Amino acid sequence: MMEGPAPTSEGRLHDPVAHDSAHKHVAGTAVYIDDMVEPTGTLHACLGLAERAHAEIVAMDLSAVAEAQGVVAVLTAADIPGANDVSPTGKNDDPVFAEGAVEFHGQPIFAVIGETREAARRAVSRAVIGYRDLPHVTDVSDALERVLPHVTEPLTLSRGDIAAALAAAPRRLDGRMRIGGQDHFYLEGQIAMAVPGEDDDVLVHSSTQHPSEVQHMVAHVLGVPSNAVTVEVRRMGGAFGGKETQGNLFAAVAAVAAKRLGRPVKIRPDRDDDMVATGKRHDFLVDYAVGYDDDGRIHAVDAQFAARCGFSADLSGPVTDRALFHADNAYYYPAVRLASRPMKTNTVSNTAFRGFGGPQGVIAAERIIAEIAHALGRDPLEIRKANFYGEPGRDVTPYHQTVEDNILPRLISELETSAGYHERRAEIVAENARGGVIRRGIALTPVKFGISFTATWYNQAGALVHVYRDGSVHLNHGGTEMGQGLFTKVAQVAADCFGIPLDRVKITATTTGKVPNTSATAASSGSDLNGMAAQDACEQIRRRLTAFAAEKWAVPEDEVVFEPGAVRVGAERIAFPDLIEAAYMARVHLSAAGFYKTPGIHWDRAAGKGKPFFYFAYGAAVSEVRIDTLTGEYIVDRVDILHDVGRSLNPAIDRGQVEGGFIQGMGWLTTEELWWDDAGRLRTHAPSTYKIPLASDVPRVFNVTLAEWSENPARTIRRSKAVGEPPLMLAASVLEALSMAAGSCGPHFPHLDPPATPEAVLMACERARGGP
Amino acid sequence: MVAVRREIRFLLNDTEVRLADVAATDTLLNHFRLAQRLTGTKEGCAEGDCGACTVLVGRRAKGTMTYEPVNACIRLLASVDLCHVVTVEHLARGGTLAPVQQAMVSHHGSQCGFCTPGIVMSLHALWLARPDPTVEEVETALQGNLCRCTGYRPIIDAARNVSGDPATDPLMVEGPRIAALLDALDDDARVELGRGGSRAILPAEVDDLAEVLASEPDATVVAGMTDVGLWVTKAMRDISPAVFVGHLEELREVAVSDAGLTIGAGATYADAAPAMAQMFPHLAAYWNRIGGWQVRNMGTIGGNIANGSPIGDTPPVLIALGTTLTLRKGQERRVMPLEDFFLDYGKQDRQPGEFVESVHVARPAAGSLHAAYKISKRRDEDISALACGIAVMLEGDCVREARIAFGGMAATPRRAAQAEAALIGQVWSEAAVETAKTALTEDFAPISDWRAGAEYRMKVARNLLTRFWLESRGETSQLDRGAA
Repeated sequence: MMEGPAPTSEGRLHDPVAHDSAHKHVAGTAVYIDDMVEPTGTLHACLGLAERAHAEIVAMDLSAVAEAQGVVAVLTAADIPGANDVSPTGKNDDPVFAEGAVEFHGQPIFAVIGETREAARRAVSRAVIGYRDLPHVTDVSDALERVLPHVTEPLTLSRGDIAAALAAAPRRLDGRMRIGGQDHFYLEGQIAMAVPGEDDDVLVHSSTQHPSEVQHMVAHVLGVPSNAVTVEVRRMGGAFGGKETQGNLFAAVAAVAAKRLGRPVKIRPDRDDDMVATGKRHDFLVDYAVGYDDDGRIHAVDAQFAARCGFSADLSGPVTDRALFHADNAYYYPAVRLASRPMKTNTVSNTAFRGFGGPQGVIAAERIIAEIAHALGRDPLEIRKANFYGEPGRDVTPYHQTVEDNILPRLISELETSAGYHERRAEIVAENARGGVIRRGIALTPVKFGISFTATWYNQAGALVHVYRDGSVHLNHGGTEMGQGLFTKVAQVAADCFGIPLDRVKITATTTGKVPNTSATAASSGSDLNGMAAQDACEQIRRRLTAFAAEKWAVPEDEVVFEPGAVRVGAERIAFPDLIEAAYMARVHLSAAGFYKTPGIHWDRAAGKGKPFFYFAYGAAVSEVRIDTLTGEYIVDRVDILHDVGRSLNPAIDRGQVEGGFIQGMGWLTTEELWWDDAGRLRTHAPSTYKIPLASDVPRVFNVTLAEWSENPARTIRRSKAVGEPPLMLAASVLEALSMAAGSCGPHFPHLDPPATPEAVLMACERARGGP
Repeated sequence: MVAVRREIRFLLNDTEVRLADVAATDTLLNHFRLAQRLTGTKEGCAEGDCGACTVLVGRRAKGTMTYEPVNACIRLLASVDLCHVVTVEHLARGGTLAPVQQAMVSHHGSQCGFCTPGIVMSLHALWLARPDPTVEEVETALQGNLCRCTGYRPIIDAARNVSGDPATDPLMVEGPRIAALLDALDDDARVELGRGGSRAILPAEVDDLAEVLASEPDATVVAGMTDVGLWVTKAMRDISPAVFVGHLEELREVAVSDAGLTIGAGATYADAAPAMAQMFPHLAAYWNRIGGWQVRNMGTIGGNIANGSPIGDTPPVLIALGTTLTLRKGQERRVMPLEDFFLDYGKQDRQPGEFVESVHVARPAAGSLHAAYKISKRRDEDISALACGIAVMLEGDCVREARIAFGGMAATPRRAAQAEAALIGQVWSEAAVETAKTALTEDFAPISDWRAGAEYRMKVARNLLTRFWLESRGETSQLDRGAA
């Protein structure tokens, strides 16, 4: 394994600076919400969850719950002062507590508030709830068959006459692919603690990626103006999209209870309740028809992406949209029709998860490529190359945005060489041809990922920067820290603006009281948006300081330069704290609110046209596997990655995102399986049954390189690129390598659908031998 | 009549703790976080699967201390009587990070940081035992620690690049002093505790255990807590009166003789590992796939048998080895073949007041063929979809005896009688194996659940006989991470 860069103490921009909380993480002193000192009188809430997948509630007797030892109150829908709704998109379809009917197994119906968490948990089981069962549908194919409603408006992207193009293509394939969902498995579960204040006020500590939305939702549920609610979060113990909207309900329950009882209320669900009652990555059923030619060039793609959305819309609209936006991955489809089907099911409402639908689109595109390659008997990489976006005429996406920054040809060419792809593949093909129980596979897959929220208005951010008289800097912005190192990167930007050491910049908790109306820290946009907003705030202060210094020392403004360690004013070098003290005495304003909005993007959803993405991030990976064709067990032996982060703000943190994203994606596509029983119960709802990767699943050879030559042509913060989501999709190479290994067992295409559990791999070997 | 003490005594970091007000169901983790306000140790799952709660529990051994990582979330508080419990707060002395902590910072081993204290504790324990570990040793040490952010690469690098000498680590230096402190607290008494009617009993010795169980026949016997702990944290079950046995050193004995191995029911998987691997080399790799490191340090072979699970890891391989079980009630003992203990789903041949005292595994006959297979969704720290132990004794070319046992194929761990019969007396050949494979469909009708489908279970069960055949011919071997 290759060594990572060591952290530096300087903390310069583009240096591999350690995460700002690394020392506290290892010492156990980093404070998460459950670690905060609880105010006197803090109570604890526990949710009562539905035990039917779909049923009317015909009776509800909570008297035994209320009478249980240590119980202070029981809350139901009737106790909500404002709206019983936490729908993030204003659809009013996401009740805090189910009323009249339950729509999934595990839906919250009531909350117990106890003196201790244990008392509340014990009391929950004393509820007596009568149900009258209604027919339930958990599977997306059943939802399609029974023509269940969409939870939100579907989208179609199209170009050309798809029927004619399919008919005219020399070759055609039709297929269906199931793509499994994924639980976030953030190590810190959902949690909120609400502290009541005077009047309508409430302060909510919430483990959320989206404090502004929690603020607005809590206000909505309490029936108070947003200015009564303050939401704060210093750090999350992981999120991955699972805390974009899913924290709303917990924060609302804590706030309602706190205001009603006049005492602080904390809610921290048990891991099993968390996994049952919160949304996950959408699983998809993709039906596709592809027209192509003898060279493997695609002429037409007609595909339907049906998603298990769960009982409500949540973010299923933009998630299924993004699946379509990435159903091309890196390939040009001359004629195309991509349609989403956001299906309602009696399951928990699915939500954001790193990649936000994009990975499902990418996986489907790679399946199509692999199937064409199989039909033609070619190396799938040749088919990939034959279909890359290219010269004008072959450079427009299905959503009619022109791809102007494609660096995949160089990226892939370098990776092919550094990973020895062709030699290794030849050796593997030869070895597989000799037969045997153990088979091998290798695959190189690319990623092209669009950066920006497709809801254009989210592409804005704010920051607040104060410089104190001693020259120390207080930095605040709308982004949240979930482990991705955002706070470190933005602090590097601020320190660089002033030329001061990183340790002079105080990183502070995200709070709606300092920066309002923020967007979720999501869509990989954290550094792009908040870095720019913080830079704007710092530059405002710097401009004031420059004007002040130029006047005081009588030099032209361009002779005031903020250099590392000091400010050069003419021939003099003035220590930053000295300049600040002088500025303060001269009554210079040393605080600024920064703002940023991404330029030049637009999206007309009704027309299916626009430029939704500011730019694209690219990457590619080669994965090699071995499978045991008697059991389906496998090992990922080697992975080589070359990934594009533009000009990295912090190569150590970016590399961490690439490696972590890849392994998380590998888990999604291999061992992580969501399994519902016939009663509609999720049975894989704890780490004992839901298996995310371990250290011993990491490839022993794991070469990860950032494309150092890449610089973002778009004017992003210091020409860096977003990195949170794109690397997850590099794991498509693992699925494709497994597919190749299984496919070596026989003449037929193995149709290996993810998650590729050992069971799925063994069944794929059987299909390869015997056909579908 | 043994003396009775009504408090537990232990050392928590550098503080002596005496607690009388302890319920049987109190967990170590809640004690840290709620009572002691030591919040560095995290709760990630409350079922011993994620490792965020990993702490070290030190026991006295030969005048000094030996420390093992365990899951504080399912470790019941009463069980740490006369132990030294070390949390992450105890590693950085005087504000200076311990070498493992420093390595984690230097290699960017934390992102969100929530799993980090647990990982630090596992790696600290590894470093004390293996200052210069191989990748494989690091992977094994981290089987019980989930990280969702980093992809582990920087953590593995950190683990392999810890500076400093473990001999100078405060835990090692202070071992004799800590052991002496614990000796001073030890009065050889039985401990009886309770709060709100939730009683916990720690017998003074094995004879005392027999006596306690005779008078409390409905008691919950608590050994490693890797199963009972979940009854408490997940099902919120009342386990009172709970009789703890993990502290009884004589019940943890692993005795090697010419006849074989006699393992006390309280021996943990880790206690038994060296002797098992030596006498039964085919179990070495298998053994390291039981739970994670923390679970192997807590869970006991006796508990794995006594709880009667159809998917326990040890029964199939022990049944294949012809293991016998000794049950004790008062001064009465009875011995039975292990497979006879499992009567039906959730039903074992154990009477009220009776407890599993030991298992005896016979030394394998020369020339016999053995294999142990575990099939699970994830390679490590997973519950088996199916597990299989096989022993075949040949006489010349012919099969004299065959013992094939499966877990996950029926309501109990069971022998494949028809498949065995199909082999016995036959020439050891592919044809005989094919007959045995066919016979498996008469032996078992597995179910479909979230771990595997019925079709897969049957297909793999049969293929494992093929694998065994091929391995006996040296024609193929199981996938091994090291081969890359």
